[in-house]
Amino acid sequence: MINSIYQLTSPRLIEVTYGEIDLSEGGVLVRPTHLSICRADQRYYQGARSKEVLAKKLPMALIHECLAEVVYDTEGKFKPGDRVICIPNTPTEDDDVVAENYRLSSKFRSSGFDGFLQDYVLMQPDRIVKISDDVNPDVASFTELISVSMHIISRFDKIAHSRRNSIGIWGDGNLGFITAILISKLYPDVKLYVFGRNYDKLSLFTFADETMHVDDIPDDLMLDHCFECVGGAGCEPAINQMIDHINPEGTIALGGVSENNVAINTRMILERGLRVFGSSRSGREDFEKTVEFLENNQTEVHYLETLVGETFDIKTILDIHKAFDSDKALRLGKTVLHWNK
Amino acid sequence: MTFAVVLAGGIGSRMGNTETPKQYLVLGNKPIIIHTIERFFVYPEFEHVIVLAPKAWVAHTENMIKKSLGDTDKVSVVAGGSTRNETLMNAIRFIEENYGLDDDTIIVTHDAVRPFVTHRIIEENIAAAKQYGACDTVVPATDTIVESQDGEIISQIPNRATLFQGQTPQSFNAKKLKELYESLTDAEKDILTDACKIFAMKGEKVYLVQGEVSNMKITYPFDLKVAATMLGGDFEE
Repeated sequence: MINSIYQLTSPRLIEVTYGEIDLSEGGVLVRPTHLSICRADQRYYQGARSKEVLAKKLPMALIHECLAEVVYDTEGKFKPGDRVICIPNTPTEDDDVVAENYRLSSKFRSSGFDGFLQDYVLMQPDRIVKISDDVNPDVASFTELISVSMHIISRFDKIAHSRRNSIGIWGDGNLGFITAILISKLYPDVKLYVFGRNYDKLSLFTFADETMHVDDIPDDLMLDHCFECVGGAGCEPAINQMIDHINPEGTIALGGVSENNVAINTRMILERGLRVFGSSRSGREDFEKTVEFLENNQTEVHYLETLVGETFDIKTILDIHKAFDSDKALRLGKTVLHWNK
Repeated sequence: MTFAVVLAGGIGSRMGNTETPKQYLVLGNKPIIIHTIERFFVYPEFEHVIVLAPKAWVAHTENMIKKSLGDTDKVSVVAGGSTRNETLMNAIRFIEENYGLDDDTIIVTHDAVRPFVTHRIIEENIAAAKQYGACDTVVPATDTIVESQDGEIISQIPNRATLFQGQTPQSFNAKKLKELYESLTDAEKDILTDACKIFAMKGEKVYLVQGEVSNMKITYPFDLKVAATMLGGDFEE
């Protein structure tokens, strides 16, 4: 079967290319229905990556956050019309110790190979997770992002000591918002603080116990553990502020992506015996946990619905450009593409 | 019920230096017709896919399908008729005999030599045929169309803004198509080479579905070269 693939061939230029899908290879043929734009996609689209990276990665179909519908399963385990979340991480080997999302050999859609801007995608059955029709599809479109937050929290749960009276999240963007929703639900007894730079965004964190501007944190406020969801240039002052406000032997979870090296106060990390760990991407287990969370927590799904910014009906390549241009101006929230191309 | 009808009845007389009907030429790793059939085979709403092949090629087509899709009871190969419309009627006859024909029977008919058809085009065809009874897939005309009655002098140049180029699928309420076709005289049948024209001539509305330029018909050797290039492969003469 011939498949249409919508690839970014150079910054701000999307062209349709064609490839063959061979059903005899086995797998589940899915049709993307709801797609969400990630900052990483936007950076490729705008050409905000180094010349070397762009030369290596492009042409490539963007988008790795995808809700899809099963069209045909060569094994017959999935039914046509089943709604599934697609997992962009694609391991190529087994490893008992290193998780699938950290293996150097794993490939990632819209980074190492084509993302989901395609007419059909042939997925291996372990790369899709069924999700109930009851979950709002616009929210389900960014399950991948939620699963990244779920992954950070799962790792935190294994790494951090058991005293969890107070947790602070730095970052009032999408990752901070989602992480705050998950922590407030998964750890109902924790006093949850959210710190950010924007009063208007912080006012939306109604489920947190307290929100504060980063300039207003009292000197004597001490937290058991901290989550960094800032990324970019802002993560340096954020991490150093965490180090100042964390109790001894606390854990700092790093979740924001920075293009540059970050100078942090390692002397104080040593002095307080802190644990600092990083997380990136997510694997099947995180997706399964996230889907279960979305299916069973209606209130939290409603909170997540407030993140849905503009939605675009995509019938032409021009519509894709409009969606990316609009997304660029978004201060908070997710741009969702309704895929009808 | 909704049925896919893949029209592969032509013998490809325009294909040039090859004796193989054009729909059986290989594009990428498979014959063109298999690429096309697979598109309809995987589409969940189709109850059955009926492939109309030249009589001599029926068994050959069945073998190709088996090789590509394994044993399946979702696809049948039927011999085509002497004209495109007769071929269509063979498909309707097949449906009538095996499933019965009722007011909700929809057929989505498609040229075997248009393997670049997309999910959206098929989806919109089914929706339009259900709502309007008939639809045609088209793209806006890009070349100026010139009409000449005698082939020597221009008789008129129609306004391009109102002109579209017809592609496939063409989709219909099968019962209505059959009734309209049977009401034609033999003389009318001879000149009506397009099923949508039957509807239009009888005053029935035919809805337009937006096609894609890429949904090209592989008619000439040049087209096969273009198609192979689109797929990113090399074309061997």
